[in-house]
Amino acid sequence: MNSKANKQDANKQDIVNYAIALGDDSLTLGHRLSEWSSNAPFLEEDLALTNVALDFIGRAMMFYSYAGEAEGAGRSEDDIAYLRDCRQYRNLLICELPIGDFADTMARQFLIDVYDVGFYTELMQSVDETLAAIAAKAIKESRYHLRRSEQWIKRLGDGTGESHDRIQRAFNDVWGYTHELFEVDKIEESLINQGIAVDRPALKTDWERCVQSVLNEATLDTPDGQWSIRGGRAGLHTEHLGYLLAELQFMQRAYPGLEW
Amino acid sequence: MNAAQNIADTARPGYSEIERLEALLEQVTDPEIPVVSIHDLGILRDISLDGDRVTVTITTTYSGCPAMSTIRADIRQTLAQAGYQDVQVKQSLSPAWTTDWMTAQGREKLREYGIAPPQKSNQGHCAMISPGTAVVCPQCGSERTECISEFGSTACKALYRCLDCAEPFDYFKCI
Repeated sequence: MNSKANKQDANKQDIVNYAIALGDDSLTLGHRLSEWSSNAPFLEEDLALTNVALDFIGRAMMFYSYAGEAEGAGRSEDDIAYLRDCRQYRNLLICELPIGDFADTMARQFLIDVYDVGFYTELMQSVDETLAAIAAKAIKESRYHLRRSEQWIKRLGDGTGESHDRIQRAFNDVWGYTHELFEVDKIEESLINQGIAVDRPALKTDWERCVQSVLNEATLDTPDGQWSIRGGRAGLHTEHLGYLLAELQFMQRAYPGLEW
Repeated sequence: MNAAQNIADTARPGYSEIERLEALLEQVTDPEIPVVSIHDLGILRDISLDGDRVTVTITTTYSGCPAMSTIRADIRQTLAQAGYQDVQVKQSLSPAWTTDWMTAQGREKLREYGIAPPQKSNQGHCAMISPGTAVVCPQCGSERTECISEFGSTACKALYRCLDCAEPFDYFKCI
């Protein structure tokens, strides 16, 4: 009986960690997008990027708040966001990369939007009701995000020589971070088998097909570089995450417990 | 309908306390679009009464909508002014909000305010409707409009312009 109880606890902790990892993906990317506030190429794009940022930050709030509740140790969504250091963050590396120029931002966004539409469609089927409910909200937003980022890829790729070269370079630069989107460890595999987590490796074929068809239409080459970088879900990050968290967490670190 | 008169009406015999609460909450509006109430927007999901405790259930439009905390505070304040001290505002996640829950009255108020109301969704997949599906200009009624940007002043709106009267306008996008 004890071992059964321990097993349930272990599983509960796995679900908490899973929700936190999904929140980390959303928060780091949302924070990156928010860096475009007042810096975008023109006003409408400034509004668009920051609105997309809000959708991601809202998602992070929902995932963290669920994780805190499920954990039952009294952590709020703010505690989870503000009081963990790099090695405790579990986001996929692609989400933490710096915004670069507009091409870098849109290339990354498009690749993640395609991934998110596939991911949240599946997460809606999760046997975990809260994760499924968050997914049902997120999928609507991600479809809309994709519609916009897809248009930008086509405009930039099939635009001027300069825009074509820069968006192509952006895809080449980020490509090695996409493999990690489709890799899972043993614990996630066990959550997949229980119908809780999304089978990410199974999303890859559709993702590749969709990305390739848009890149073709945009007169861009699908990168074929074999290099890849991984480690986000294990807490092994690029140097960029530390700088991101330094800004994101400054207020709570300097003035613990500060509220609006 | 005049909200104040409506509230006075509900004080008469024949009205339930829930109806009185509904009338009171009709005064709580979206801080970004002060002409539509939370009921008209479809984010007011439930009102229940247990002894002196009022529980109001709302849902978010978009995940990161920054208006939610203001709306929560407005609900409390409105009910407190009417004498309800024990008010709990709960947030429900599921089912996910859709613009299909917006009332006919809400749509009409949006139009009068200069915002094109959302179209009815096609099984929740309307975010995929390609831009160019006729969004009617709230100023002159023309169907010759074009999308300037997928996002307007808030996450729930896109920016359009009318090709006939040349006015730019917000379109409350349909999700």
